[in-house]
Amino acid sequence: MSFPDPIQVFKTEAAELLEQIETGLLDLTYDLTNKDQIDAVFRGLHTLKGSGAMFGFDALAAFTHHCETAFDRVRKGEVTATEELISVVLEARDHMRALVENPNAEHDAVSTRLLADLHRAVEALDKAGAAPAKASGPKETLWRIRFGLPRNAMANGTNPLGLLDELRDLGPCKIRADLSDIPALDALTPSDLYISWHVEVTTAQPKSMIEDVFIFVMDEMQIEITAIDAGKAAAPAPAPAPQKAAAPAAAAPVVEAPKPVVQETASVPAVRDTSAAAASAADPKQNRAAESVRVPAERLDELMDRVGELVIAQSRLRQLAGRNADIQLRAVSEDIERLSGELRDTMMVLRMVPVATLFGRFRRLVHDLARETGKVIELITEGETTEVDKTVIERLADPLVHLVRNSVDHGLETPEMRRAAGKQEAGKVILSARQASGEVIITIKDDGRGIDRDRVRAKAESSGLIQPNAALTDQEIFQLIFQPGFSTAQTVTNLSGRGVGMDVVKRTIDALRGTIEVASFPGEGSEISLRIPLTLAIIEGLLVRVGGGRYVIPLSAVEECLELSLEEDLRSRGRSFISLRDSLVPFIRLRDLFHTGTKPDPYQKVVVISTGSERVGLVVDQIIGDHQTVIKSMSKLHHDVATFSGATILGDGSVALILDVVHLVAAGQQQEAQMRIAG
Amino acid sequence: MSARILTVDDSASIRLTTRVALSNAGYAVSEAVNGQEGMDKAQAEQFDLIVTDLNMPIMDGLTMIESLRKIPSQTGIPIIFLTTESDADLKARAKAAGATGWLTKPFDPENLVKIVKKVLGR
Repeated sequence: MSFPDPIQVFKTEAAELLEQIETGLLDLTYDLTNKDQIDAVFRGLHTLKGSGAMFGFDALAAFTHHCETAFDRVRKGEVTATEELISVVLEARDHMRALVENPNAEHDAVSTRLLADLHRAVEALDKAGAAPAKASGPKETLWRIRFGLPRNAMANGTNPLGLLDELRDLGPCKIRADLSDIPALDALTPSDLYISWHVEVTTAQPKSMIEDVFIFVMDEMQIEITAIDAGKAAAPAPAPAPQKAAAPAAAAPVVEAPKPVVQETASVPAVRDTSAAAASAADPKQNRAAESVRVPAERLDELMDRVGELVIAQSRLRQLAGRNADIQLRAVSEDIERLSGELRDTMMVLRMVPVATLFGRFRRLVHDLARETGKVIELITEGETTEVDKTVIERLADPLVHLVRNSVDHGLETPEMRRAAGKQEAGKVILSARQASGEVIITIKDDGRGIDRDRVRAKAESSGLIQPNAALTDQEIFQLIFQPGFSTAQTVTNLSGRGVGMDVVKRTIDALRGTIEVASFPGEGSEISLRIPLTLAIIEGLLVRVGGGRYVIPLSAVEECLELSLEEDLRSRGRSFISLRDSLVPFIRLRDLFHTGTKPDPYQKVVVISTGSERVGLVVDQIIGDHQTVIKSMSKLHHDVATFSGATILGDGSVALILDVVHLVAAGQQQEAQMRIAG
Repeated sequence: MSARILTVDDSASIRLTTRVALSNAGYAVSEAVNGQEGMDKAQAEQFDLIVTDLNMPIMDGLTMIESLRKIPSQTGIPIIFLTTESDADLKARAKAAGATGWLTKPFDPENLVKIVKKVLGR
């Protein structure tokens, strides 16, 4: 078995820790006293430092150490966090990322500056005075612990005296050994352990700390931990009298009363079960960690590939079984069909990740944008648990960044303008996700000024995108903002207004086989909805034949199929347009495109496909029917072939290529443009 | 005299990390690169504690722990194994083979020292 590269492992881990730190810090900006977040940030910094040092990222470890120290003081309540401290540590976090990614680059100048900032922030904390002292010291509790170790514990290296020492470290202890199980000398194995213990310890530490003492033997031992006297005030050791009253059986000398002890031991396993259950319920976080397994993404892809192969092999089996009269073979084939279908569905679910991972990073973006633009922004996220295929999530990140930036820059007004318009000073940006019939719908909504139709129109006219006075619906006007080179921002800012971005958004969403809808109301804001298929790994396709080859057209793009009449075929020679309900639709003869040598079928068919408002017809020899297919990516050798987006294997084992709709529509449009020029 | 610890791991970086962390904490550290070498060294030189990986060539950690526990001079010596959080089954098997405790990978050197101290006792 081979091990993954430790440096890579560390980098992956560091990226997650940095995200955890950032989330924690951003949450703290809302509530500076949030104990959970303070702990989360501290833990993140602590682990990052530790692992960094372990894997040779010394600069990172040294730098992180200072932030950790600062947060340790916050955590212990010595000082309270301030916005300044959070800001400095946020900036420091970015620097840590640089230290992780480029450990060998020159970082000293930045490190020194940030540490100076940090130092100032911490000094300011000290001046502001320590956090209010806690009302009183933590409450101490008297715990009664009875435990018996497995017989072979000592042989396996556990030293019971060490455990007792650890209990003593928690607080004052009363320890008694129960020797009743020690056998006669001739039956005694020297390395075995026959003694069990009764311990009463008074400590302010939680029960989990007592359980921690036994962590390595917990699973095999008998243990019962009960709080006898909760909330006991600190200092003086409990007087013996009340203890006796509370636990007469335990306090009585064992030798004098061996019987109750035996009974107690017998009852221990049952009691232990409930206490274990309570302990695990009390710590859901730890539970979750134990239940999830981290798997490299490429292994999932690999598994998906295998499942795809299995589905294909299964459909071959079905064909064979169909031709065969053997009833048993058919039964097995049906079973396998059902199982492979279920396996594929399960596999799909495995690849799904909640959009929370995607939305999470926008909090930082909005935080930074608010600083840059001077606008007050409230980011609201909804439906974070909605799950989407991980590949889709990855590819959605950039378009969403553009859209959120756009909302903030073009949509939201400055606080003064908002006040003048009678709105709240803080502009809202709402990111939401939900699932609807095999699609996920992600909307970016703001309550800003809305899209200015007239300006969009004027800009489109002046740049020749539309004819002056062309009759366009609102939706058509809004879609213009996704044209390449389109921008209406009056000034180019750092964020947007460069005219790059929105067309990239459109292209990415097209590539995901998704659509964009825009709604906008003047003065009330705008809403952009992205509808994306839940998975990229499987598509519903229309299987067609061109010459001897078979091809798949994504069904979502298919508008209609019709026959290319002989008359139209002849008339359209050289022009390649069909008239479809009074509009001309360009078409592409796939036979020509693929240089098919065979004789064409007598009746050619046209499959009309579209992306949004643009249509193109594809002329094929035969339409075979619909076909659900697992997409396989093309080899590296073919990655620059634009006409196809992938391939699939058919039931008989032959390969069918999947047509790239976006590219073909673009090619059709080009054809149309050329015809317009030709007049 | 400081306690002597044997670290058994086929990964040089883990051995190095373990050695550095434990030496800094004042222990004397020896290394072995697989279970077989670990067996040999453990018998040649009595250690106070052994830290071992489980997945190793030639002889894996499970086999080593099991074999060591059958040797009278090696019973009672604390053995800590390195494991990942995800492998609960392996953890149970290592415990059954006679291991004393475990440390979850990737580990924090401070944590290693803490666990060694815990298992060695005062």
